[in-house]
Amino acid sequence: MVSIEDVYHTAELAKIEITEEQAEKFRKEFEKIMDYFNILDEVEEDVEPTFHVLPITNVFREDVEGECLSQEEALSNAKHKEEGYIKGPRVVE
Amino acid sequence: MRIAEWKEKVESHGCYDAVSEILERIEKSKLNAYITVCKDDALKMAEKYDRGELKGRLAGIPVAVKDNISTKGILTTCASKMLSDYKPVFDAHVVERLKAEGAIIIGKANMDEFAMGTTTETSYYGVVRNPYDLDRVAGGSSGGSAAVIAANEAVLSLGSDTGGSIRCPASFCGIYGLKPTYGLVSRYGLIPYANSLEQIGPMADSIDDLALLLEVIAGKDRRDSTNSGKEFKFVPKDRKLKVGVIAEMGGNEDVMKRFSEAVEVIREKHEVKEVSMPSFKYALAAYYIIAMSEASSNLARYDGVRYGYALEKLDSWRRYFSKVRAEGFGDEVKRRIMLGSYALSAGYYGKYYLKAQKVRTLVIRDFNKVFEEFDVLISPTMPSLPFKIGELADPLTMYKADVNTVPINLAGLPALSVPIGFERGLPVGLQVIGNYFSENTLLNFGKWLGERM
Repeated sequence: MVSIEDVYHTAELAKIEITEEQAEKFRKEFEKIMDYFNILDEVEEDVEPTFHVLPITNVFREDVEGECLSQEEALSNAKHKEEGYIKGPRVVE
Repeated sequence: MRIAEWKEKVESHGCYDAVSEILERIEKSKLNAYITVCKDDALKMAEKYDRGELKGRLAGIPVAVKDNISTKGILTTCASKMLSDYKPVFDAHVVERLKAEGAIIIGKANMDEFAMGTTTETSYYGVVRNPYDLDRVAGGSSGGSAAVIAANEAVLSLGSDTGGSIRCPASFCGIYGLKPTYGLVSRYGLIPYANSLEQIGPMADSIDDLALLLEVIAGKDRRDSTNSGKEFKFVPKDRKLKVGVIAEMGGNEDVMKRFSEAVEVIREKHEVKEVSMPSFKYALAAYYIIAMSEASSNLARYDGVRYGYALEKLDSWRRYFSKVRAEGFGDEVKRRIMLGSYALSAGYYGKYYLKAQKVRTLVIRDFNKVFEEFDVLISPTMPSLPFKIGELADPLTMYKADVNTVPINLAGLPALSVPIGFERGLPVGLQVIGNYFSENTLLNFGKWLGERM
């Protein structure tokens, strides 16, 4: 069962504003999808999980200066900016 | 169109005229396969080729690039309103490689929004139509990349494959498409959806062309920490193989008719036996849980601050982020982000995400076991013919269309879709799956089969 509260809670976690109408539509869809996902409950055998398919180890490098984006490039896609900085929304409410 | 045919055209008419002809075809096209067409740059490059100044293995060849692959200074939208004015300040590794080999980037191909879909119907820019029937989809998510090859709107293209996104549209458009082994092609500059599953791969009208493009894009890149460092070189080889037909991967009557005919052709030379993969029953659910979980984390970056869709006025961060994301994302992207957040949330992690990663282990174990005996495994690429536009309106029904392609991504294996002819006038594809880094075996087998179908 997926409740309407579950949908609102998830939307809040995901930081996506949803309307009442959307919430009800998503609830029905989520219920169907989660119900399908529950097929995994049938799997009884307990094995180690696989997070990466290839045996890859961390790659280290010397801590030396390299190339990076210029300030102009880094700011080029930001809409809100001031004096060479990106301007973000208010974080203290 | 194959590279050989393109070269003949360029030889007789010059690259400028040949490229102009393609651009005219794109302009008149009803397919909606491109989001951005790089008209001026493409013509400039063609002139450069005609002056003898463009060198390399792909010199003067028009290549389409899926719109989730970063191209410096060229709009890269991921087919989303969220990135509808985003111009990357760097090239993806694969784009650097294309440019270094003299390729002409003809345009950015349409796709499902953030590669989340099987039909391109989730694109903010509208559906890509199937070149063989305009009322049907070209497949997804790399629908544009496949359609442009079938319709001669490019000679080669790049797609990306998270759960079948290269193979599905290759099958629906009657072309070749390869999902390489995880780690063979650098993902640097591929805008991420589900990192542990996705690879960039080549799409083309012949195996030789596909192999050449793979040679160009594969190889070492330290900017992708999951890159294997391996290079690829196509070595033609003709040998008898042990071929396993996967019992759990089927299709509807139309598809199975064509597939069975292909199996009969394969039997003439190769040894064919049925194999069973019991874990596949759980693969689709495990795949979607992992893909959605990774998506919820990856797409957290779209906050309307550093790039992407933004509101005129900044507000408190909660309201601002939630509004930007409500207005910038389409419904399927919202569904996957929210379901991923749900699967990862307190109390559900063990039941969904961790369980799915355990199923992944079981899927890999099944593959490893059969690859002790078999060289390649085969199945229909898609369980049905290209869908009618609007046919898959229900999300779960759409997810289920990926049943034959997702186990490969869970395991990180390579898989190729080979066109095996038509049923009711629509293309059918056969999927060939190989062991890790066995691209040569897949391409040789695909070439042999493709020439006989």
